Amino acid sequence: MSHRLRVNPITCQAHGVCAELFPERITMDPWGYPLIAPQPVPDELLGHARRAVAACPTLALLLDRLD
Amino acid sequence: MSVTGPPAKGGQALPPRQLPRLLQPGAPLPLAGHVSRYGPVPFRRSGAELIAEVRRAGLAGRGGAGFPAGRKMHAVAAATAGRKPGLLHTARGSVVVANGVESEPASSKDKMLLGRSPHLVLDGIALAAAAVGASRAYLCLHDGHPGLTSLLRAAVTERERAGVNRVPIQVTEVPGGYVASQETALISFLNGGPQRPAFVPPRPFERGVHGRPTLVQNVETLAHLALIARYGAAWFRGLGVPQSAGSALITVSGAVCEPSVLEIELGTRIGDLIERAGGPAEPPQAVLAGGYFGGWLPYPAALNVRMTDAGLRGAGAALGPGVLVLLPASACGLAETARTIWYLASQSAGQCGPCLNGLPALATAFDEVAFARPGRDTQGWARQLLALVAGRGACHLPDGTAALAASALRVFGHDLRRHAASGPCPRAWRAPVLPEPVLPEPGGQDPTP
Repeated sequence: MSHRLRVNPITCQAHGVCAELFPERITMDPWGYPLIAPQPVPDELLGHARRAVAACPTLALLLDRLD
Repeated sequence: MSVTGPPAKGGQALPPRQLPRLLQPGAPLPLAGHVSRYGPVPFRRSGAELIAEVRRAGLAGRGGAGFPAGRKMHAVAAATAGRKPGLLHTARGSVVVANGVESEPASSKDKMLLGRSPHLVLDGIALAAAAVGASRAYLCLHDGHPGLTSLLRAAVTERERAGVNRVPIQVTEVPGGYVASQETALISFLNGGPQRPAFVPPRPFERGVHGRPTLVQNVETLAHLALIARYGAAWFRGLGVPQSAGSALITVSGAVCEPSVLEIELGTRIGDLIERAGGPAEPPQAVLAGGYFGGWLPYPAALNVRMTDAGLRGAGAALGPGVLVLLPASACGLAETARTIWYLASQSAGQCGPCLNGLPALATAFDEVAFARPGRDTQGWARQLLALVAGRGACHLPDGTAALAASALRVFGHDLRRHAASGPCPRAWRAPVLPEPVLPEPGGQDPTP
């Protein structure tokens, strides 16, 4: 079972914590907003993804289960 | 269904075989005249029946996105039926929002339709409300056209007096702005909030006006629905092509002899559409199809493109809300696009970082492309920005702007090379062809995030 990351662009305030914690899937655009890689998050990276989601100060990062 | 039976006494017209379907000639009919032409509103025993008919008709939304109307209605009806009244949700029924705001600057077809056939739109609202189990409906109009608002308010009052309305229809004026009529922005406004797009899900069919399942449909879509309810899906499909059924209202402007709103059969060639608008008024160089979220098509290749969503998308444009602008050879396509990108950037609600930062950056880069001598860096940066903004907002403003900009770089490549080699062409300074309205910030809101 894999997961997918999404960002709520309205609540995101470009703190950049997610890109710091999960560089495997999240990079930053020129203004500091996250660019999320389109491919799903495999199970072995799930821990990193969850940490990034939990650390977002505005709760803008979302992890959806794909089933 | 009794309405397809013999004409009612008083000479009710038979279903029109050809065009026009929506835009009847002459002054708008009062209710009595409307009923004698089309017959009474054909309410059915079950809403599911009308929704099935709309799905068979293949009616696509005419507001720009082209979403299948029947599927949207089905989703709202299902959400309404499955809703359990709770402590905070005592109100029953869903809500219908008829979108007649028409904030696309080059479009005037919705205003034309509302002014010419107000009761057809109101029939559509009443029928959609009955089909999805709505207990109230709103008709949203742009606040800049008070005459149209009074006409529609008078029409609603006329129906109330005649006892035709089963659910109340409230005519609401909405402040302008490009994203103001985006469906979640409209719902937020009706809920007393800021007129800004929202993050979905929840989508309107799940939770919209007053937290209730909400059907948002463009007014032209509802007028088609009013005719499908009377004459059936097979009649509707009698015009158009299988994937793009029926007729559509198209606003044709720019370098044509007779700028106008035309009702066309979907699948019509762009060349025939331009002929119906009186033909080119001066030598053309390109066509903008689909409005400001659409795309440029080169002339004369555009002439053989057909007015269907698939046909236009395949060619690099879109059907959008039915907008066609003929660009004369005396104008500069890059300058037209640069001005339009500035306008679109100014319409950002300022909520999403990539849009708030990316659209002005794209507009600045395009400004240099159009009005200065763009270096390789600028051109490359403009192309990078297209990828950086597309798909990264809560609404489609960044995607639409990127699509328009990408089509300009594709279609006006020759001008781009000339600008890069020897600076902007004198055509860049002629009067703009594309309208660029000066509007207050969307919803009068401060655009800071």
